[in-house]
Amino acid sequence: MARTLISVPKTAEAGEIVTIKTLISHPMETGFRPGADGRIMARDIITDFTCLYDGEEVFRAETFPATAANPYLTFTTRATRTGTLSFIWRGDNGFEQTETATLTVT
Amino acid sequence: MRGRSAPVLGLLLAWSATAAEIPVSERRSGFDAMSPDIQAMQQDEMANPGLLWLQDGADLWGKAPSPDRPACAGCHGEAGASMRGVAVRYPVYDAATAAPIDLEGRINACRARHQGAAPFPRESRELLGLTTYVAAQSRGLPIAPPDDPRLASARAVGKALFTQRMGQLGLSCAACHDDHAGRRLGAALIPQGHPTGYPLYRLEWQGVGSVQRRLRNCMTGMRAEPFANGAPEFVALERYLMDRASPLPLETPAVRP
Ligand code: HEC
Ligand code: HEC
Repeated sequence: MARTLISVPKTAEAGEIVTIKTLISHPMETGFRPGADGRIMARDIITDFTCLYDGEEVFRAETFPATAANPYLTFTTRATRTGTLSFIWRGDNGFEQTETATLTVT
Repeated sequence: MRGRSAPVLGLLLAWSATAAEIPVSERRSGFDAMSPDIQAMQQDEMANPGLLWLQDGADLWGKAPSPDRPACAGCHGEAGASMRGVAVRYPVYDAATAAPIDLEGRINACRARHQGAAPFPRESRELLGLTTYVAAQSRGLPIAPPDDPRLASARAVGKALFTQRMGQLGLSCAACHDDHAGRRLGAALIPQGHPTGYPLYRLEWQGVGSVQRRLRNCMTGMRAEPFANGAPEFVALERYLMDRASPLPLETPAVRP
């Protein structure tokens, strides 16, 4: 499992815009670089990231070989109700990782 | 654009090292010269990718290497208390080997002497993680060189290595970092060359690396043969560099371009 760092405010008022930050450990190997033996190393990147708020998609991003290693994404969403935020990264070689956080709306 | 490498080389060859040490009041971290967005990346507790390595180190700190051997935490307890102020003193003199030892070397010595485990390879994710974790406990503290006469010869060797010419370009570390700090070398700004943030996340590396990795990069740039990982020459250079950087605060894990 890749290491992740996720920042979500613990609580928010209904209607408030909250900032969410995510960082994941990943080499983002481009598929264009030669390895030590001179051969091109196979592409190994995260291709897509989704954030669900109680199952509803609130943010989605595609990432590409030009994206730096250990991708950092920050975005905002409107706090409407207490619920679960799910963060899903998918990529080459069947990479898939899900993390969750709870947002409490007061 | 016309070829730039020839004039740059010419300029380099014309530089001679006068090796005037930077006075304490004029010492500046490489942080100060970075663009505001990279500075923000270092300071944001969420955006600094070095924290991924730090978390690896935090996990290893609490993990026993085998069921019958204590974790680092088993002997040292809370790192926040026991390791605060440690990294700012390193490298120190190690009585067991009667030689100077850097922080990576000390961590590996604990693995061998106190955990009966094999040392982690230099630049491995594990050693970088633990070193980052231990060093980060001193973040913000001024670098505090130990006043230990047994380090005198390492200091002298480090200073000599720093000021002597090496490699095919006939450059010394001092030619760039003492005499031409603040000037540009191609696109890069030459910093004063202080090891205040190691291990650190370098954008060019797309990962965390040790101070020795940084020194190998500079030596390759000088077209000199880098010393081996963990070599006494590197430990001596680290000692001199930390003396030369004090009392700047430690920044681990820093971010650099
Ligand atoms: C069995 C007990 C024990 C364990 C386990 C242990 N250490 Fe140590 N550590 C010591 C002792 C004793 C010293 C003092 C120097 C010596 O004897 O090597 C020390 C010294 C140190 C120092 C230097 C402190 C200073 O003030 O200079 C560091 C850093 C350190 N240990 C890190 C670690 C790390 C990281 C681990 C886990 C990989 C670890 N130690 C595991 C006993 C232990
Ligand atoms: C040709 C000029 C040049 C020479 C010679 C040189 N360096 Fe550097 N050094 C640089 C540049 C440029 C950087 C910054 C690179 C960057 O940020 O892209 C740097 C970075 C560093 C840093 C990291 C500073 C930080 O903020 O993290 C250290 C430490 C360092 N050098 C030490 C040395 C030592 C020791 C030597 C001699 C073995 C040496 N350098 C030789 C140009 C040089």
